[in-house]
Amino acid sequence: MAEKLPAKERMKITRQEMSNQDPDERKNNFDEVPFGFTEETALIEAQRCLECPKAPCIKGCPVEVDIPGFIRLVLEKDFAGAARKIKETNALPAVCGRVCPQEEQCEMVCVLSKKFKPVAVGHLERFVADYERENNLTELPEIAPPTGRKVAVVGSGPAGLTVAGDLVKLGHKVTIFEALHKPGGVLVYGIPEFRLPKKIVQAECDFLAQMGVEFKNSTVVGKLDTIDELLEMGYDSVFIGTGAGLPNFMGLEGENLIGIYSANEYLTRSNLMRAFDGDSYDTPIIHGKNVAVLGGGNTAMDAVRTAIRLGAENAYIVYRRSEFEMPARKEEIHHAMEEGVQFHLLTNPIKFIGDENSKVKQMECIKMELGEPDDSGRRRPVPIADSNFILDIDLVVVAIGNSSNPLIPATTPGLECNRWGNIIADEKTMLTSRKGVFAGGDIVTGGATVILAAGAGKVAARAMHAYMMGKSVEETATT
Amino acid sequence: MPKVIDNMQIGPMVWKMRVEVPHLVEKAKAGQFVILRVNEEGERVPMSIAGLDRENGLLTIIYQVVGKTSGLMTTIEDGGEIADCVGPLGVASHVEKWGTTVVVGGGIGIAPVFPIAQAYKEAGNKVISIIGARNEELLFYRDEHKSVADEFYPCTDDGSFGHHGFVSDVLKKLMDDGVKIGMVMAIGPVPMMRVVANLTKEYNVSTWVSLNPLMIDGTGMCGGCRVTIGGETKFACVDGPDFDGHQVDFDLLSARLSAYREQEQAAMKKMLDDPNCRLHESVQNFKYPEPRKA
Ligand SMILES: Cc1cc2nc3c(=O)[nH]c(=O)nc-3n(C[C@H](O)[C@H](O)[C@H](O)COP(=O)(O)OP(=O)(O)OC[C@H]3O[C@@H](n4cnc5c(N)ncnc54)[C@H](O)[C@@H]3O)c2cc1C
Ligand SMILES: Cc1cc2nc3c(=O)[nH]c(=O)nc-3n(C[C@H](O)[C@H](O)[C@H](O)COP(=O)(O)OP(=O)(O)OC[C@H]3O[C@@H](n4cnc5c(N)ncnc54)[C@H](O)[C@@H]3O)c2cc1C
Ligand code: SF4
Ligand code: SF4
Ligand code: FES
Repeated sequence: MAEKLPAKERMKITRQEMSNQDPDERKNNFDEVPFGFTEETALIEAQRCLECPKAPCIKGCPVEVDIPGFIRLVLEKDFAGAARKIKETNALPAVCGRVCPQEEQCEMVCVLSKKFKPVAVGHLERFVADYERENNLTELPEIAPPTGRKVAVVGSGPAGLTVAGDLVKLGHKVTIFEALHKPGGVLVYGIPEFRLPKKIVQAECDFLAQMGVEFKNSTVVGKLDTIDELLEMGYDSVFIGTGAGLPNFMGLEGENLIGIYSANEYLTRSNLMRAFDGDSYDTPIIHGKNVAVLGGGNTAMDAVRTAIRLGAENAYIVYRRSEFEMPARKEEIHHAMEEGVQFHLLTNPIKFIGDENSKVKQMECIKMELGEPDDSGRRRPVPIADSNFILDIDLVVVAIGNSSNPLIPATTPGLECNRWGNIIADEKTMLTSRKGVFAGGDIVTGGATVILAAGAGKVAARAMHAYMMGKSVEETATT
Repeated sequence: MPKVIDNMQIGPMVWKMRVEVPHLVEKAKAGQFVILRVNEEGERVPMSIAGLDRENGLLTIIYQVVGKTSGLMTTIEDGGEIADCVGPLGVASHVEKWGTTVVVGGGIGIAPVFPIAQAYKEAGNKVISIIGARNEELLFYRDEHKSVADEFYPCTDDGSFGHHGFVSDVLKKLMDDGVKIGMVMAIGPVPMMRVVANLTKEYNVSTWVSLNPLMIDGTGMCGGCRVTIGGETKFACVDGPDFDGHQVDFDLLSARLSAYREQEQAAMKKMLDDPNCRLHESVQNFKYPEPRKA
């Protein structure tokens, strides 16, 4: 075991960062941007953790990963053991280490962050998960003897994958139904290759398949079979993890012109349908020269950085509030800036103008200023009179959020939803208004995060297990 | 992977494929569609349901070679496989007892309008079937339409078979003759659907059309299939594909269909130029038609 330095010494170590692909180079490829820790940097960074007895970082993580526990194993150079430690509560460390907003979760509350920089929990999490996978050290967990119960999981995003993994371990027969031809949800169709390589998601799904999870891709529940039909077919319990996949548009004049995509369409064409690899794949995509991406979240950053990689000369983020209010991760905004993205902040589009072939060629915008705070506590942007201007563009990507897809609620009588169309589920069990039917992830919360979806999956799996084994669902409720 | 029972040419550039997808066939209804992929690298192509053999679990699709993927489909041998086939998608055609109904099929639309004719008939309607194509060779599915229609009017642009002229001429004549029509269902190329809808609007006859914008997922996730209906944006894959013909913005629909013309033509050219091209000989001479002005 590596000798632990005295606390004073440890606090002198500066936070280790991953090295990144050079911005000028990475603008031309879809390879992952950060290279990840080496064993050496991981060991240095692990030294920084003070192993605080109260470990506030654990409470900062939505699924309460035992952070000092896994970091200790890193110090002991038991990297695969560290990965397994994380997996006790988080089934997807390779994914979460990359895409979690750590700066608002585990790392934000790290004791060190008061005086120094927080421990790089995310980088370490990524490192150990990659180490385990790349060195084929992933061990199949013990699978309980068959219970004779059957579970249907609808949707294969982080919520569905987590439910499937937990329940298959408990001896249930699990089938995942996925509408698209590949499993993974947003992890495959939304988040780009340069931020989350698809082979990682594939490895997670392969792992579940090895544990006995059956994948039925290209199967749209509500169209082929409804939830009720699944129950009639002998599934004892159903989990709905269908995400928030219905793109919002702004209802502006000219919004249906050619060259105006939803972020879902643009990213799906590029990621799931691999349009970025035009030599091998057939999917067409518009290679815009002057691209405007509307919105300020992770989705907007993913879209604008995809545009850069597909050859945009000018790639703009058009966002109606200021940088401070942008919901995207700081790291992603920073990466986007490095790659040459131009920011039109406090700017709102008001209409799109097309050419004689109905292709978008311009966008009229208006400048905004921040007024009084609104319901969300953020200052409401208000237009500045006569500040209109025209931006020449040939591609627009609308990334202003998603709503929930009405397909399952519309075909499942008695399934209660709130006024935004999200399924209502009990926080402590994820049970819906229908007996034996559970739901979690973005379909319940609206667009949120990978780790929250995975966390909801954990809670649901526990309650579904109890339900199927004839125990009261409430008894298992987490507090 | 779904099995292709047979795949045969039934006209110049028109093929008929039967795919074994029993569960899908059990659930599917007239007016719905599927999305299939030929292989891993291929596109997702939407195809209307042109026939359902529920006894044997077979789905019939009729497709026209218009580019790379439809070209590639011709290379699948009887007994072969496709990568996947998802469905049934979209809302089934609305069927009621209206009295007299007219189904209008133009070009490749002759196929998907046939199961709808059957459904109209089963609901107790009188069915008048008007189908049209450029010439006799392209006028497939005649026996099928004849078998359900109470009145059958085949048309060809060149007069080689049936009425010499357009399907809309026949429809107009029926309406001028005072036939009381409860519902018209028109499927075909955009210009044809537009002409039919404009005509029936004049005569105040309700009309459904089935729209085929570009699609990817077919589940409402991407919004690529959006169409403007009565000034409102709808997603054809989940809100349609059938819409009130009198409300459709056909200009926008045809514009959006041409969004990728250059990339599509390049993909097709690359395939045809490949010395190992396995396309059927009749497809190897494929040429893109001059874009037709509406
Ligand atoms: C572009 C983008 C970037 C993001 N970046 C981040 C990030 O950096 N960090 C972060 O934490 N979060 C990020 N998020 C959010 C995060 O991805 C989501 O919160 C998370 O994926 C939600 O998981 P889920 O399991 O609820 O659903 P999803 O991941 O949405 O998966 C739902 C699955 O269900 C399938 N489905 C839907 N309807 C049906 C049906 N009827 N039958 C069968 N299958 C169906 C869908 O095809 C899909 O595969 C991002 C989201 C997007 C869109
Ligand atoms: C709901 C629906 C039902 C359809 N039913 C049938 C059918 O029964 N028989 C049939 O032959 N065709 C049908 N189509 C059209 C068919 O999907 C396209 O012809 C096919 O995708 C073309 O692919 P390609 O690679 O061969 O041609 P490409 O080279 O990609 O395209 C050639 C032309 O085909 C059209 N097209 C291309 N991709 C699509 C797409 N994803 N959706 C719609 N049109 C497209 C465009 O106008 C394009 O310019 C249907 C389309 C929709 C949306
Ligand atoms: S799962 Fe996310 S929040 Fe939790 S410890 Fe890992 S990186 Fe931090
Ligand atoms: S709060 Fe920071 S230093 Fe303390 S245990 Fe957690 S990661 Fe280590
Ligand atoms: S095809 Fe994607 S929403 Fe209709």
